[in-house]
Amino acid sequence: MTPQHTISLLVNNKPGVLIRIALVFSRRGYNVDSLVVSPAKEERFSRMTITASGDEQILEQIIKQLNKVVDVLHATDHTTHSVVERELALVKVSCPISTRTELLQLAEHFKAESVDLCEETITLQCTGDAGKMDAFITLLQRYDVLETVRTGKILMARGTAET
Amino acid sequence: MDCLQQQEVEHIFGYPGGANMPIFDALLDSPVNLVLVRHEQGASHMADDFARITGKAGVVLVTSGPGATNTITGILTAMMDSIPMVIICGQTITPNLGLDAFQEADVSGITYPIVKHSYLVKDPNDIPRVIKEAFYIAESGRPGPVLIDVPKDVSTAEIVPNFDVELDLPGYSVPTDGPAIDIAEAAEALQNARRPVLLLGHGVLISDASNAVKQLVEKMQIPFTMTLLGKGAISEFHPLSLGMLGMHGTAYANYAVRDCDLIMSIGSRWDDRIIGDPAKFCKHATKIHVDIDRAEFNKLIVPDICIHGDARRVVEHLNALVQPGDTKEWVEQVHKWRKQVPLTYKKQGGLKSEYVLDRLNALMQGEGIVTTDVGQHQMWAAQYCLTKHRNYWLSSGGAGTMGYGMPAAIGAQLAAPGVPVWAVVGDGGVQMTMPEMTTAVINKLPIKILIINNSFLGMVRQWQDLFFDNRLSGVAMVGNPDFVKLAEAYGGKGFRIKRNADVDRVLQAAADYNDGPCIIDAEVVKADNVFPMIPSGLTYADMILERPKHKMDKPPGST
Repeated sequence: MTPQHTISLLVNNKPGVLIRIALVFSRRGYNVDSLVVSPAKEERFSRMTITASGDEQILEQIIKQLNKVVDVLHATDHTTHSVVERELALVKVSCPISTRTELLQLAEHFKAESVDLCEETITLQCTGDAGKMDAFITLLQRYDVLETVRTGKILMARGTAET
Repeated sequence: MDCLQQQEVEHIFGYPGGANMPIFDALLDSPVNLVLVRHEQGASHMADDFARITGKAGVVLVTSGPGATNTITGILTAMMDSIPMVIICGQTITPNLGLDAFQEADVSGITYPIVKHSYLVKDPNDIPRVIKEAFYIAESGRPGPVLIDVPKDVSTAEIVPNFDVELDLPGYSVPTDGPAIDIAEAAEALQNARRPVLLLGHGVLISDASNAVKQLVEKMQIPFTMTLLGKGAISEFHPLSLGMLGMHGTAYANYAVRDCDLIMSIGSRWDDRIIGDPAKFCKHATKIHVDIDRAEFNKLIVPDICIHGDARRVVEHLNALVQPGDTKEWVEQVHKWRKQVPLTYKKQGGLKSEYVLDRLNALMQGEGIVTTDVGQHQMWAAQYCLTKHRNYWLSSGGAGTMGYGMPAAIGAQLAAPGVPVWAVVGDGGVQMTMPEMTTAVINKLPIKILIINNSFLGMVRQWQDLFFDNRLSGVAMVGNPDFVKLAEAYGGKGFRIKRNADVDRVLQAAADYNDGPCIIDAEVVKADNVFPMIPSGLTYADMILERPKHKMDKPPGST
């Protein structure tokens, strides 16, 4: 499997910015695995966090091309940097009485919260880095998982470094 | 229109329609001159060449929908060759956006991949800032086309413009000086080189670095070669000039690149026409890359030294560091190659394209502007029509656009009145933008359209000949019109060249005809091939100087 890269961008908060960024990836046949857009500290900018996997040399081109887009203030590959990264997942699992206790124990181990419970299903919310998310969801596969929604990864540089 | 005047716009190349009528109305009260074209593609090429010569953004004004989409080829051409251009498109009124209104097209959406930047103006008060930013972005750094989509309600609104509005471009910066440490490293490498070559690209012309580069060449005695778009970076009549390199470059330029111990590219992007196989290109030579666009570094070639900055400033800095070089033996070797493997063609066997262009060169002596289409005639013109002055060679390099030459000549003549302008075109390409003959006639532009007419799409035919067993498919231009009569039908002048003996006389007559445009139909031999040739994706060692007797393998590279 090709290594996954996490790219953080600070961009103008304007229509059309997302497509300009998406085109930099798609033109080079690069698939975006996840994408999170949120308001930045200043209202006129947005923060984007993109994860993508593929050839390193093409990724170097992509980062440079992203930095050329007039609406992009900066684009940085944070893969090897010291960062705090988080993701949130909601997992809906079928939950008859027989497995309810087990599921709640498992959730507790991952510090996941039950955010919805009915007779047939339970919805668990879990936060953490990508590794924890994958472990949590893998373990849940033993039960009848009905739906999974993940926010995609966000990150922030540690200490005084700028994201 | 007032905003455009603020940008000192002289000519607008355009075509009206429903959605840009308010702007055309404003043109009537403006000193800006409208060049009314016959097809929007023509407008985009004219603006392109106007920009290549003046260095200022060429302005295109078209209507919405098909008016805008007709400029796409011209926008791509400008993007690939780093040409400053501002394209203003009419658009349906803002409440109708996205509702499939009459002549609505998502022009911003269609053009995202081929513009440097674009705007959809929704607030009329933004117009002064947008126009100012568009020109700044188009002309600065690595230039490129900027598109402004203006809905009709926005162009109709009356505003009190604020011309002193600040630019709002937090994500855009223009590199200037290169890092001193990289320049010092390059200076040392140049000083130590015994067989150096300079590779000069379009960037030298764009940044007006010709004088600085010439100083470097003469001080250190470094032979130089130029890309197709770099022709004229320094006069090709210079004793250290090797002419163009690459796929159809001169054999001596290609030998020099093959055997050099250092190659420094200034403002070129190591295009695939030049490097062939990137893994084998100049494997043992030190490679230095000067470029204003950081994204060009490590793209195809991984150079030893990259200098990110404006070519003129970097080379001026470099000039202050270097001493005369020790290249005497190398220069002698290069001159030897020049004698051993000159550009050559057979003088017998009918009228040769090379002969026509060779004689055109003799007539012009570098004192005329040459524009071209794409294909065989372009390569022969690049080889034989030597460029003396900056921006006297205008060709669609990156995009390789057929139909570029004639409208380009119109833009060039408007930008440089009084300079002879020759459009060297093929019989295929010229028919793609032929209606602009009218534009040349009504503006009384004495451009000379030299059709290298072999009744074939010659370059494709050459590839079918060499790599497809001469199985000719779709390349015969059967049914070409009588170009002389056609010129006359448009109200221009027509000349014909049939034999070698006609060439000098007709070219001179065309040069002397200045009442308007003329077409010179040169009926050259049909099945001639361009040599030297490095089949695409191969190396400099694979260069062929004539048609091989044996069948050739299909080349590993693209076209």
